[in-house]
Amino acid sequence: MNIIVCIKRVPDSEGRISVGGDGASVDTQGVKFVVNPYDEFAIEEALKLKEAAGTGSVTAMTLGGEESKETLRTALAMGADQGVLLKGKPSVDGLGTAEKLAEAISAREYDLVLFGKQAIDDDNLQVPAMVAELLGLPGATVVVSLSLDGRKVTAEREVEGGHEVLEFDLPAVIAAQKGLNEPRYASLKGIMAAKKKPLEEVDVGDAESRLEVLQVMNPPERSAGEIVGEGADAVPELVRKLREEAKVL
Amino acid sequence: MSVLAFAEQRGGALRQAAVEAVTAGRMLADALDVELTAVLLGPPTISGEAGKLGRYGADRVLLGSSDLFAEYVPEEYSEAVVAAVRESESKAVVVSASALGKDLAPRVAARLKAGLASDATEIGVEDGRVIAVRPAYGGKVFLKVAFKSEPAVLGVRPRAYMAEEAPRDARVEELSTKPDPAQLRTKVRMAAGEKKERPDVAEAEIVVAGGRGLQESEHWTLLEDLADALGPATALGASRAVVDAGWRPHDEQVGQTGKVVSPPLYFAVGISGAIQHLAGMRTAKCIVAINKDPEAPIFKTADYGIVGDLFEVVPRLTEEIQKLRSEG
Repeated sequence: MNIIVCIKRVPDSEGRISVGGDGASVDTQGVKFVVNPYDEFAIEEALKLKEAAGTGSVTAMTLGGEESKETLRTALAMGADQGVLLKGKPSVDGLGTAEKLAEAISAREYDLVLFGKQAIDDDNLQVPAMVAELLGLPGATVVVSLSLDGRKVTAEREVEGGHEVLEFDLPAVIAAQKGLNEPRYASLKGIMAAKKKPLEEVDVGDAESRLEVLQVMNPPERSAGEIVGEGADAVPELVRKLREEAKVL
Repeated sequence: MSVLAFAEQRGGALRQAAVEAVTAGRMLADALDVELTAVLLGPPTISGEAGKLGRYGADRVLLGSSDLFAEYVPEEYSEAVVAAVRESESKAVVVSASALGKDLAPRVAARLKAGLASDATEIGVEDGRVIAVRPAYGGKVFLKVAFKSEPAVLGVRPRAYMAEEAPRDARVEELSTKPDPAQLRTKVRMAAGEKKERPDVAEAEIVVAGGRGLQESEHWTLLEDLADALGPATALGASRAVVDAGWRPHDEQVGQTGKVVSPPLYFAVGISGAIQHLAGMRTAKCIVAINKDPEAPIFKTADYGIVGDLFEVVPRLTEEIQKLRSEG
């Protein structure tokens, strides 16, 4: 079972993000960068599937700059066998990035391509489905349960009010949602071993952007509202305000 | 020339996502001074729904009715929507960022080699170019983006464009491309036995969300009672802490690593207001916070707050809402 897991280096979700000085970029100064949290589910699933198959390899792949090596090392420390850094800049929208990844993936042998369902920086939620389309493969996004029977895949994806069950054959593209599994922590042994694992670098150039960012803005201001009161006695006044002032009841 | 809106159905009935996409599409079509085409894919019975799309502003409906369209099959739907884009010569495609739309829009964009702006809270035209405003970093910042190529594919966040009537007599035509069973690679069905009676947290009109302040999962009955009192358009939400603790399913999680919601009314109960939670709900129109800690950051974002013991405040609130509802 050969699996490619596509991951991304992103600012930690607890980090403060602000508008850059030029008003058209994002300032992440002082913020810790981590493996995109959804990608951890993808890495874990890849490792579990390889372990169950008893054979094959897990390749962690990313498109980014030199600093993304650290992200690949984290995947290697969790247990991936090798890393591939596609050196270049991701696109504003998902398609350019998907094109770079699909090109690199198609040059390799694989049974399955795994992603996290979305990167928590640009929140595009585009690349996995686009890579599936570009490679002409079946697959599923926002997957909360995955099972394999030979080459037959059954995936459950989250939809409003329930789950959809999709069945298709490998090779396929899967995007992991929280709940798919419980990602393992890298052990000290794993971290040491990761330093010796192969990490390939390929210059792929910057991905094409079909969108341009005109402006980066702070979210619509929310001024602190009013404390209606203390304890249950304040409830009737709250209900009156919701009904008469806010007109939401 | 046209704008194309994707009209989503489930079980042979239009979803709210369909009328919201048509409403947003109508606005964009007016701004571009072109007509609005809606594409509706579904089982053979779906044709009865086509006329309704005219009520929200579609000039024309391209209808694909087939048993193969009964469920959302990614490859069949993507191909049909791309065919509709070509047939209507559309400059822009509007899809609701529902669960289905979030899977469909990138596939359509990839096939068209087009840019996609996901989860937009605002779409429009500036200097002749289609633009979108969309949250990034879990809503910590908003990006205004412009398309550099045509067609523009736009995912519109549920509830960002509330359904608005703009009635006209839509011409209903059959989509000329038919689904091909031979290229079907994916079998799709709904998972059995889990029909939830409440709407999804991302689509609800009212969200009652709970956090660690509830102390244990059994106490969620308090929030369920409140949600029941508020009515059938009310969903339950949860903070990351309680989802990580296993008290609530992750499909209820609101925040940067959960769902981003913008309901007209949001109750944050026993939620302190961590930055990653605020990112997921700060675009709600009205936020009510109930927390015993007057210093909790949630009060800085809420429109109305009650400082107090939620175990006393929530039952009283349920009671008052019931009273209000029974008075009609």
